[in-house]
Amino acid sequence: MYYKDKSYIAGLADGIKSVAIGLKTTMRELFVKKITQQYPENRKELVMFDRFRGCLTMPHNEKNEHKCVGCGLCQNACPNDSITVTSEMVEEDGKKKKVLVRHEYNLGSCMFCNLCVLACPHNAITFDQSFENAVFDRSKLILQLNNPGSKVAEKPKPQLTPEMQAKIAAAKAAKAAKAAKETGTEGAEKSDDTPATKPARQYSPEMLAKIEAAKARKAAKEAAAKAATEQPATEQPKDVKPEETK
Amino acid sequence: MFNFSIVTDWLHTLLLSFLPEWATVLTESVLVAVVIISLAAIFAMVLIYMERKVCAFFQCRLGPNRVGKWGLLQLFADVFKMLQKEIIKMRQTDRFLHDLAPFFVITASMITIACLPWNRGAQILDFNIGVFFFLAVSSVSVVGILLAGWGSNSKYPLIGAMRSGAQIISYEISIGLTMLTVICLTGTMQISEIVEQQYVEGWNIFRGHLPMLVAFLIYMIAGNAECNRGPFDLPESESELTAGYHTEYSGMHFGYFYLAEYMNLFISAGLATTVFLGGWAPLHIVGLDGFNQVMDYIPGAVWFVGKALFVVFLFMWERWTLPRLRIDHILTLEWKYLMPISMLNLVVMALVVAFGLHF
Amino acid sequence: MDLSYTNIAPPRLREEMLRLRQEEQMDFLVHLTGLDLGEEGFGVVYQLESTQTGKQTNLRCITPERENPTLPTVSDIWEIANIYEREAYDFLGIIFTGHPDMRRIYLREDWVGYPLRKDDKPEEQNPLRMDNEPLSDTTVQYDLAEDGTLIKRENVVFEPDDYVVNIGPQHPSTHGVLHFRVAIEGETIRRVDPVLGYIHRGIEKMNESMTYPQMLALTDRMDYLGAMQNRHALCKVIEEAMGVEVSDRVKVIRTIMDELQRIDSHILFFSCLAQDLGATTAFIYGFRDREIILDILEETCGGRLILNYNTIGGVMHDLHPNFVTRVKEFIPVMRKSLKEYHDLFTGNVIARNRMEGVGILTKEQVITLGCTGGTGRASGWHNDLRKLRPYDAYDRVEFNEITFETGDSFSRYMVRMEEIEQSLRIIEQLIDQIPEGPFQEKMKPIIKVPEGVYYSAVEGSRGQFGVYLESRGDKSPYRVHYRSTGLPLVYAMNTVCKGNLIADLVTIGGTLDYIVPDIDR
Repeated sequence: MYYKDKSYIAGLADGIKSVAIGLKTTMRELFVKKITQQYPENRKELVMFDRFRGCLTMPHNEKNEHKCVGCGLCQNACPNDSITVTSEMVEEDGKKKKVLVRHEYNLGSCMFCNLCVLACPHNAITFDQSFENAVFDRSKLILQLNNPGSKVAEKPKPQLTPEMQAKIAAAKAAKAAKAAKETGTEGAEKSDDTPATKPARQYSPEMLAKIEAAKARKAAKEAAAKAATEQPATEQPKDVKPEETK
Repeated sequence: MFNFSIVTDWLHTLLLSFLPEWATVLTESVLVAVVIISLAAIFAMVLIYMERKVCAFFQCRLGPNRVGKWGLLQLFADVFKMLQKEIIKMRQTDRFLHDLAPFFVITASMITIACLPWNRGAQILDFNIGVFFFLAVSSVSVVGILLAGWGSNSKYPLIGAMRSGAQIISYEISIGLTMLTVICLTGTMQISEIVEQQYVEGWNIFRGHLPMLVAFLIYMIAGNAECNRGPFDLPESESELTAGYHTEYSGMHFGYFYLAEYMNLFISAGLATTVFLGGWAPLHIVGLDGFNQVMDYIPGAVWFVGKALFVVFLFMWERWTLPRLRIDHILTLEWKYLMPISMLNLVVMALVVAFGLHF
Repeated sequence: MDLSYTNIAPPRLREEMLRLRQEEQMDFLVHLTGLDLGEEGFGVVYQLESTQTGKQTNLRCITPERENPTLPTVSDIWEIANIYEREAYDFLGIIFTGHPDMRRIYLREDWVGYPLRKDDKPEEQNPLRMDNEPLSDTTVQYDLAEDGTLIKRENVVFEPDDYVVNIGPQHPSTHGVLHFRVAIEGETIRRVDPVLGYIHRGIEKMNESMTYPQMLALTDRMDYLGAMQNRHALCKVIEEAMGVEVSDRVKVIRTIMDELQRIDSHILFFSCLAQDLGATTAFIYGFRDREIILDILEETCGGRLILNYNTIGGVMHDLHPNFVTRVKEFIPVMRKSLKEYHDLFTGNVIARNRMEGVGILTKEQVITLGCTGGTGRASGWHNDLRKLRPYDAYDRVEFNEITFETGDSFSRYMVRMEEIEQSLRIIEQLIDQIPEGPFQEKMKPIIKVPEGVYYSAVEGSRGQFGVYLESRGDKSPYRVHYRSTGLPLVYAMNTVCKGNLIADLVTIGGTLDYIVPDIDR
């Protein structure tokens, strides 16, 4: 025990002192609460942070509907080619529409970069907080995210400010009116705020567009006045008459 | 206090009654060997468990707690695992020396454990040069380590073995000198007598006060070095030499080294207990006769094992606090500090004894 | 920022370099990037800096030859060029004439082709090899003869009777899969030859086929203890190239995050060094406290090691509502733990003896070896980019640049320990004043960087982490090169370790604090 630049005795004394301080430190730690987490036992309390990226999932609502339209943007965004979106074109009401068949996700090659979630325009996919992802067979890591038999929900409600929502609704209304004028009888584009329920439609497209535009204007006014204390946006979808079945 | 020789004498006469003398001695030897081996194995296992728990508690962890209650069965699981592991035979080793080395190490531990006084009369090897014999035999293990390093024909083990040789031989000097200090006070090398004396006169560490305390502290350092344990674990320093001299060993051959390490730890602690802390002698305080009588009811074996485990705990405390020394620092510590101090200490002790300054 | 450079013809290169080194005191070779310029041939960009005047110069030297491109070496002018030129040779096949050690560094010695050449097809020429990787004890040097032909000469790395110990690739104290071949005499080290590339993933090659947002995902995986700072550097270079100004809030968030990451890294440094020196208990204490930082980071970023937080034009998520309180709780805890570290390890006589006076690097050596970060500062080189060229919120906080003069292992250790305190100070000053604002600027869906050459650097946990980005205006870069913080450090091992003991190799390696994935990329 020596320090290079000290005398024999001073070095010895310092050395003994430093060792004693170290011994005191560890002795104190002997009695403090231990930090070990007892993993399988603490499963219940072990809640991951909500931003933790565990495994990619596609949330389905209680009617087995998801929000994915099969556009494949997530597939393009993925740096590792972990996502394969298979979609097909189906004819629906005389319109060609892309429908998701299979959203395949390879957990084994995913690097949890969150780019697919950011890329998705419909918030159809998200990371959940599961972390016990170990399996015995690599093939089990290839997951199909859309439930069997599921279908796409009517377009989701975007989280927008009342002003923006009003603006969008107005634009939609104008567009719908235009479309209605052009096609005559054919329906306008589905409103963004249409809920999944599909009661019968009562208004003609022109009428609807007008109503919608008026409502939008009103909503915008209200929103500006109330400064978003109450959400007119929540009422709006109820008032707008859904259109699906003619 | 209970004298264990009553049991041994009874057994001896019982065996003599129906066996010739040579057969009696043979039977007794076999019995003793079985007892030593099982004692050694049990204490090594207890110590491994204790080390894991103590180390964990120093480190804010819980230690093994999965196999059995509080992880008590962990050790059996480990031993079982080690027993069924394959002993890998490597092409370029010196097969004979490579296989021989672990037995050297384990045999040295087995013999030294026989010298420990477990209780009054419960000592296997006891003769007039007991301490000397103890030191001589315990250094056999260094031969095993050197053989392991050489026989492995690999670079890490060789470096580890060379370090071990330099280290153990150096630290034997300090240990020898501290033992001399003790013998200077006791006037005998016979282990049973050293303990008996402490039973009557009080523990050496109190009797010999300052020089004995210094000797005890030096022993605490040198004893750790003798066992190749941290902070003196550079023969196997895992961050430099992966596993040092036993890098190339597997299965139970490695297990022997592992067991020997913990047996040596217990032996070191046992020797410290014997010469400094009164062996099986209970704690007596002058003037408190009632207290002393109560203490006498506790069996000597409990005293011995308890004190030894306490010393083991001190060793572990030291190990889990300090970083590892470098080879030249180890030698500096020994030759520049421990040896001169223990020599000086021996002189002081001689003066203390000469002028009767001890208790 | 834009990297402005002057072109220089190969024959004039050495003369000009010598002039710059001697007359303009350009003593620090920041970065050397090899380029495949297609028709133009192969080029090398040299980024030079003077530590005395602070002046920076960039030179580009192009050889039009595509078959056997040769350039004169500068490895005798700046030592660090030795390993940089080997890297350029490994990836692009540029032969540096006069370089004493023209071996591959990352790829196997029997690799065919040069992967960063745009016309290289590695998968066709290199089947999966099942044999052991050859490691030769000799190396080659190419010299240019009078008539322009190459003369090949063999140089010896290890003599046949050298006692060579392999430390690594699987070794407890190489901190990853790093391989040192160490020639020893007794326990004294005579030569250290690092063998790199065990976790070479070809990140730079992969980047060339990725879009800019995708590139970001890989930077976290280089220096995993500087994930935040690496990604910060890449985002910074792209933002500067595109002319995007991030909001004040993002700047402050990035600064705080960088500092949290730095503390995280330095705690891990402490732990691993303690473990290397045999103080296992100190190791666990370090990990115990690091856990708190990881939890803070995880709550906001969603990851612990791979944080994935910075994005082009902002950050991935806004700060978590608990962030500020948690950080404020953490600061006093960390201060208390630091005291404990000092009690247990720093002051300990054994640790002091193991570190003091061991592995001394002089100031001249660290500069010529390009050892930035704590290693450089321990030798008295003021190289902290946070002070030299403040970015983000560093110009509005007060902190000290920790420097020592001795340059031994102990001062390298102390630099990091005191930087933890300085980082805490920075965080303390910023945590209450996080300005409001968007956490993400609005970016186009497809990010294209305008044509040009850009370089930007941040102060990483262990030195200057720079990104060289050459864009041709596409949605993926033409060439990306990272100034790895660890490569100079691992190259310095040979210089530092010579004459020390094997046990010191562990100490020195621990205090240099390199991270292998960052070296190998």
